[in-house]
Amino acid sequence: MIVMTKEPEPGNSLLLEMRQIDKSFPGVHALKNVSMKLRRGEVMGLVGENGAGKSTLIKVLGGAHLPDAGKILIEGRQFHIPSPTAAQQAGVSIIYQEFNLIPGLTVRENIFLGREKTRMGFVRAAEEHSKTLQLFRKIGINIDTNARCSELTVAQQQTVEIAKALSVNAKIIVMDEPTATLTTQETERLFAIIRDLKSHGLGIIYISHRLDEIFEVADRAMVLRDGELVGTHDINDITLEKLIEMMVGRPVESEFPKRSISPGRERLRVEDLCRGKAVRNVSFSARAGEVLGFAGLIGAGRTETMRLIFGADKPDKGRIFINGRKTDVRSPGDAIRNRICLLTEDRKGQGLVLIHSCRENFGLPNLDRFVRGMFLDQRKERKEFSGFVQSLRIKLTGHEQLTMNLSGGNQQKVVLAKWLARNADIMIFDEPTRGIDVGTKYEIYLLINRLADEGKAIIMISSELPEVLGMSDRIIVMHEGRVKGEITDVANTTQEDILSMAIA
Amino acid sequence: MTRKLLSDYGMILVLLLLCVFFSVLTLKEQMPRGSAAVALLTEQINNEFKKSDIILAVGAVNKNSASFAEKLGEELEKEGFSNTTVVVGVPRDLRLALDDIRAKGGELAAIATSGDVTKWGVIELIPEKYPEFSGCKMLAPKSYMWPVFLKRSNLLAIVDRIVVIALIAIGMTMVIITAGIDLSVGSLIALSAVIGTLLMKKMGGLQAPGWVVLVGFLVGILSCGIVGALGGFVVARFKVAPFITTLGIMMMARGLAFMITGGFSIYQVPKALPWLGQGRSLGIPNTVVLLVVLYAVAHIFMAHTRLGRYIYAVGGNKEAARLSGVPVKFVIVFVYIISSLAAGLGGCIQASQLNTGTPNIGIMYELYVIAAVVVGGTSLSGGSGRILGTLIGAFIISVIQNGMNLLGIESYTQQVVLGAVILGAVLLDKARSSGGMLAFLQKKKKY
Repeated sequence: MIVMTKEPEPGNSLLLEMRQIDKSFPGVHALKNVSMKLRRGEVMGLVGENGAGKSTLIKVLGGAHLPDAGKILIEGRQFHIPSPTAAQQAGVSIIYQEFNLIPGLTVRENIFLGREKTRMGFVRAAEEHSKTLQLFRKIGINIDTNARCSELTVAQQQTVEIAKALSVNAKIIVMDEPTATLTTQETERLFAIIRDLKSHGLGIIYISHRLDEIFEVADRAMVLRDGELVGTHDINDITLEKLIEMMVGRPVESEFPKRSISPGRERLRVEDLCRGKAVRNVSFSARAGEVLGFAGLIGAGRTETMRLIFGADKPDKGRIFINGRKTDVRSPGDAIRNRICLLTEDRKGQGLVLIHSCRENFGLPNLDRFVRGMFLDQRKERKEFSGFVQSLRIKLTGHEQLTMNLSGGNQQKVVLAKWLARNADIMIFDEPTRGIDVGTKYEIYLLINRLADEGKAIIMISSELPEVLGMSDRIIVMHEGRVKGEITDVANTTQEDILSMAIA
Repeated sequence: MTRKLLSDYGMILVLLLLCVFFSVLTLKEQMPRGSAAVALLTEQINNEFKKSDIILAVGAVNKNSASFAEKLGEELEKEGFSNTTVVVGVPRDLRLALDDIRAKGGELAAIATSGDVTKWGVIELIPEKYPEFSGCKMLAPKSYMWPVFLKRSNLLAIVDRIVVIALIAIGMTMVIITAGIDLSVGSLIALSAVIGTLLMKKMGGLQAPGWVVLVGFLVGILSCGIVGALGGFVVARFKVAPFITTLGIMMMARGLAFMITGGFSIYQVPKALPWLGQGRSLGIPNTVVLLVVLYAVAHIFMAHTRLGRYIYAVGGNKEAARLSGVPVKFVIVFVYIISSLAAGLGGCIQASQLNTGTPNIGIMYELYVIAAVVVGGTSLSGGSGRILGTLIGAFIISVIQNGMNLLGIESYTQQVVLGAVILGAVLLDKARSSGGMLAFLQKKKKY
């Protein structure tokens, strides 16, 4: 059932109105008559599965796309927004997942980039400096304005982006997956800033796959599915289950699928693995048929440990045993030949060649199996890929579609396909569901369980504690490069238990 | 199918456009002189004249019309025209022949030429000076309109001119697909030519047998391959920017080429040297055969082998490729070796075409080669590009140069035009791939 909330009161509380926005791309009707209203001092949660049209809606607002039909009104005035600059002038600032900061410039230089305070052509650094400090005080943050952006943490960069938006007098700030790479404390700080912005009368559109955050920070939530507005709800009038149902279009039973566990023999054993300060004396083992979860804060050394096992980096010391045999893994190629695979957390940067087709990406680690004589057997490659497209339900326009044009969930499925085709014994998943919608998440959980049942050793790194607790048979918690502890009785463990291990 | 071809090789349109353009501008009256024209004229004479008629087959001392006259004479003899005389020479020779016939009291029935002879003054003066021959007929095969640009000899010249650049562009395409660049190829042309010819000189010089040439070539090419391997190693192992690495090699190789010869050219080379660059097999220049074979091999290699696919992957996303088990360092060293081997082969062809080894050949060639690759649609940022696109790019450059030569445009202007056309061609390709000119002009920054 779809219930619309009452129309907001007319008058000056209405900040932004998008009326019947329609947008088509060749082959895709991305937005179908979508309307929304945003009031002053309101946080609107924008949710939907990948490909639902969230990004398109935001890009229309931000001047990256022109709508085919529809109107945009800001404070009652109609605006034509053909470019990002026009959006800025209209008071709209968009903070994308990939920040638009220039790493080599300082915080202050980035904030005033393109709008430098000058006198006779010379930059008035002192004036910029004091303005920046003023901004930072306003949102209660404390960052060195002369630090280079490359030296900042992701969370700090994000606050710089927010400060930059405020410095151009933005009335509407759009945040696209702002917490995807933040730690729990950083997320809390961001929420404090958002509440502060609200109190200053700004309107915020908040996009996130993490629905618990929507419930925490948003006043209302609007749901898009297949380019259509499914509904807009007051956050106090809706449940999590209902929200998921609206997004997916069907009721979802349980968040984490259950399965019976019967761990077999040891597949992987790591002893005393070290690399600089990132990985210190890490030892653990993983057995066939189990899902071994890795929990910890960002920077705890989980990803770095896996890269050592996969041969992507060289360890200072340490031993790796695969199926009980001591093995030197000198390169990722070596690891693959030893039946290990790694699905990296950075899908776009490390998992895919974005400018190449889905089929080529699928084939890349599998070409040794597609060689016939001197040449590649592309028919075999296509046939095998077709099988995965079907079984993983990958949505493509064709095998030759470029992976850069896929939604995040489908990109992840292509990465899954390319590694599943290797049929490895040890599969390492680094944040396998980051930035992925609820429906696809569930499919990935099912798949991970199935792989474990097939007798593979699964290692899963996740920063989402419910996910680690819901999926793992055993959990290893890391902190500052060391193994902090191991949890075998997962069923009787709480998020707080893990967190206290991960922090202290 | 056509659409895919056009999207993969959009530059083929530019090439065709250029060909049409130069064809129209070089359209000219052509005199047929081949054996087909001889046969046609023989048949005409057979029908119109008696076997005893006196016929003169006249050709100017210019290779084509002379051989035409000789061939016609032979054919008429075979047909039984016993009073045929072949005259090859200057107008005076024709006058002497006419005087001779008059002295013998014969009656001239026809003068057969391949065309240009009809414009001789002697012929126009026949009614006045030789009134008794006023009944003689002028016979010539029908002339026709055909562009000089599209003549077989010119088309072969286009290929011949670009062959060195086009060959080297094969290796350069692979390097650029890995997001690299190789500036050393121009200098390696000289290094290979100098090393090769010097070896030939030491192994017997002018009197050396054919296999010496082969040895010289192989040593020259392999030396370049070693240089390329070193460069590739520096790029792959120490992560020095390819631009800087190959810039260094470019300077060193050029210097080495001059050091080896002391700055002089090497002329004491075997007689077999020109075979590769100037010889023909079955009527086709050897260079053209080599070009076709190597492009076919390179295309199949890039499109249908594992290593080819790896080359694209390394250029598309080095880290993703490495984490997929691609031996990235090996791939990088490999492409620089191929590029250098191709440059070495280019040097051998150049030496063969010039019949000498000179340390100052190939200057600026790296830029023409890069231009051919880029015009051919390969992106300098790596990960995409096609071998056959590069061939088209090389031809575009060659066609422009050739066309301007035919039109008599002087060389300074040619450089300006060539540069502008290269830029225009790339812009056109960008416009096409971003969905038409209008979309291109309105294009905004994507983020």
